[in-house]
Amino acid sequence: MSARIIHIASNTFREAVRDRVLYNLIAFALLLSGAAVLVGQISIDIERLVVVDLGLSAVSLFGIVIAIFIGIGLVSKEIEKRTLYTVLSRPVRRWEFIVGKFFGLAGTLVVNTFFMAIGVFGALLYVAHKFSASDAFILVALYFIILEFLIVCSVALLFSSFSSPLLSAVFTFSLFVIGSFAEDLRGFAFMAHGFTRWLATGAAYLVPNFSALNVISAVAHEQHVSAQLILQNSFYALFYTAMALFGAVLIFERRNLK
Amino acid sequence: MTSRRRTTIFAAVGLALSMLASILLLHHIDEIRPRATISDALFITSPKIIKRASLGFDGLMACIYWTRTVQYFGHHHLLRNRSYNELGPLLEITTALDPHMIPAYQFGASFLAPRPPNGAGEPVRAIELMKYGIKHNPDNWHLYYDLGFVYYTELKDYKKAGEVFEQGSNAPNAHPFLKILAAQMAEHGADYATAKMLWTATYESNHEANIRQNALEHLRAIRVDEDVTMLQAAVTRFSQNTGRLPTSLFEVAAAEHLRDIPLDPDGNPYELSLGGQVLVAQPDDFPFITKGVPPDYKPGPPKFHTHP
Amino acid sequence: MPAIEILGLEKTYMVGFWRKRPKRALLPLHLTVQDGEIFGFLGPNGAGKTTTLKMLMGLVFPTAGTARILGHEWTEPEVKAQIGFLPEQPYFYDYLTAHELLNYYGQLSGVPGKDRKRRIDEVLARVGLTDIKGVQLRKFSKGMLQRAGIAQAILHNPKLVFFDEPMSGLDPLGRREVRDLMEQLKHEGKTVFFSTHILSDAEALCDRVAIIHQGELRGVGAVADLTSSVQGKVEVIWQGTEVPAAMKALGADCHITGDTVRAVVPETQQDAAIDALRRERIRLIAITPLRTSLEAYFVEKLQSSQTTAGTSA
Repeated sequence: MSARIIHIASNTFREAVRDRVLYNLIAFALLLSGAAVLVGQISIDIERLVVVDLGLSAVSLFGIVIAIFIGIGLVSKEIEKRTLYTVLSRPVRRWEFIVGKFFGLAGTLVVNTFFMAIGVFGALLYVAHKFSASDAFILVALYFIILEFLIVCSVALLFSSFSSPLLSAVFTFSLFVIGSFAEDLRGFAFMAHGFTRWLATGAAYLVPNFSALNVISAVAHEQHVSAQLILQNSFYALFYTAMALFGAVLIFERRNLK
Repeated sequence: MTSRRRTTIFAAVGLALSMLASILLLHHIDEIRPRATISDALFITSPKIIKRASLGFDGLMACIYWTRTVQYFGHHHLLRNRSYNELGPLLEITTALDPHMIPAYQFGASFLAPRPPNGAGEPVRAIELMKYGIKHNPDNWHLYYDLGFVYYTELKDYKKAGEVFEQGSNAPNAHPFLKILAAQMAEHGADYATAKMLWTATYESNHEANIRQNALEHLRAIRVDEDVTMLQAAVTRFSQNTGRLPTSLFEVAAAEHLRDIPLDPDGNPYELSLGGQVLVAQPDDFPFITKGVPPDYKPGPPKFHTHP
Repeated sequence: MPAIEILGLEKTYMVGFWRKRPKRALLPLHLTVQDGEIFGFLGPNGAGKTTTLKMLMGLVFPTAGTARILGHEWTEPEVKAQIGFLPEQPYFYDYLTAHELLNYYGQLSGVPGKDRKRRIDEVLARVGLTDIKGVQLRKFSKGMLQRAGIAQAILHNPKLVFFDEPMSGLDPLGRREVRDLMEQLKHEGKTVFFSTHILSDAEALCDRVAIIHQGELRGVGAVADLTSSVQGKVEVIWQGTEVPAAMKALGADCHITGDTVRAVVPETQQDAAIDALRRERIRLIAITPLRTSLEAYFVEKLQSSQTTAGTSA
């Protein structure tokens, strides 16, 4: 059982790597980090701030885009293009397919983030000429970004399990945007009354809270990130991802593949 | 049981449990970072930059910032925090994104100007905000009212207040009380009657809960101040007439032939100290009173009421 | 034990946007396929052949009915290790090479690592895919893709193989090769179940066929039986241009073409016809029983308005 999941995951990884879209996006993100260095030189004294802020934001944003493209591409498209038929005619359970795909995607994104992170640290070294202790928190920010990716992947898989590639991409991206404003959504809910309030509160808690996972500004200003927050965020991402994957499995188990 | 059944049950249970877990965790995470959104939001305090960063979604961002402002204020108010440093930037950003967001100006008038712990203590900044608002909304009489309000309450510049009320009374659909207030400013700026008129106007013409609350508290305080002033004057007259301090307010009332002694807005009788000072029974219930408090009084956490 | 037992499988889709109307893709189907035979599932496009196959593969869930494959419930995952499936117009992972694709499928099918490489080479040779090492599948022609599809279907040495339109996209040489391959599989003791709308292939290959039209089973039987001499006539061909009087007396239909004559006589008169020719010392070239072609049977079944649903053979 677990062997099949690993095989599906590694096949997914290989496919993602050979898909040339990936390379372009990585190059673009690196380019952006370079731009950050340039901008940093124009405004003195805040080069470090700009490099970290812009660099991490680029890693985050491009990673999300890659996650959506590949997430949708490797599942929704697979269902649409019927490569799935020959896979499912083998002793592969449908849920193994979903889980295997998820790990393949996640693995791709981690590797991807790794390379982009090297770019950011490289740019940082260039402007600051040395690393300081507070730079360790950049790793925390990157870890949180990876947690964001895991959530986005699982959500992309959830939507792919029942919806067309285009719609899945739209839904996933929308959920990402709403999730970034999750706390404001809760603020709106607080000011609303009656049924709207219930609806908004429910939405605010069910939407993935990306603002909690976004410590880019804090890290750019060399602030601490509490260990408690790291722990809780990790568990939150874990459970949210699990929730989305369970949902995907439930839907996919029942789906008639036309 | 088929394997499909097993998978379905496992996945359904898993879904329910992980949903519960993530909601609970989110709750926890909120508690760890209550002000996080505000601090994050204000890493950039320049309205211009935010406007550019909004990519054209100015209106939406204005709404978001307004929501944050109200939350921010409510949070601090409850903690009796002595600083509202972020209120100014938040309001400036909100109005930069949407100059027509009238509630923001009204909020600024009520809470940006007053001294801590009731506000940010930045009356000049508040005046700038009002003027900006008037520039972009010259036909909105309420903004003139708000500006005059700040001159009156914080700067005690009755002349300027009167001028602004006069201007405002010429705006379309202006509320009649603007003309009345303009007239009052000239002669009776410092009167309690004028103050009452002003706070009543604020209470009636605003919908925002915090602003109304604030106006209410001020009205209650004015009543107390009036009562205490009146009673204190009576005590002074009594001591001048009889050469001694009265033993109780009943004596004073009897001497003045008063039908009854006024009670404070909560229905409690006023007290007379041994030194002949008229005091309020529970000063904590009246956040804005200037009279009737013992000399060594320190205000505790605010208590809010809903009726005058 | 039959290789496949279809017990009333049916599928009804709800179509339409607002008010969903039922569309019956497959009426309750009852069919048995014996072990070791080549079974043809025939019908025009849209008849329900692919729907049936997809249900057997577990890709589509039936509205009602069950099936047994190799003695097990068709939904049991263990069954899948013993079957192979070639879908119609297969599409594979573009960026893999054929070797990588087969390796992946081999892993999923549980082919042990040591055997995998050997089996992959064997199978690729068998389907005629040579010199394709390192070539990504997106560069394959349609015919090559079809062969790759067949390769993945037989890679793990399954007992039962399902092909959906296996000849599609192949040139005549390719089709010949696939036919030969299917014969080989049968000789190896495997059961082959394939769907097609090309009757000549079915006629040449299959032991038994089923004909399905508009979701309904219209006829099942052994090819030989279905095409047996319904008319009860034989065709006699002899050298020369003369027709013996005795032949004419039998009421034969005669045609003269070049220097041979062709005549159709009732089967019962077969011996009398031979005698007639021998008496005149005319050289007999051939005697062939006149068979209904499968095509005629097919067309007849399609046009019949009565259903023959529920016939198991």
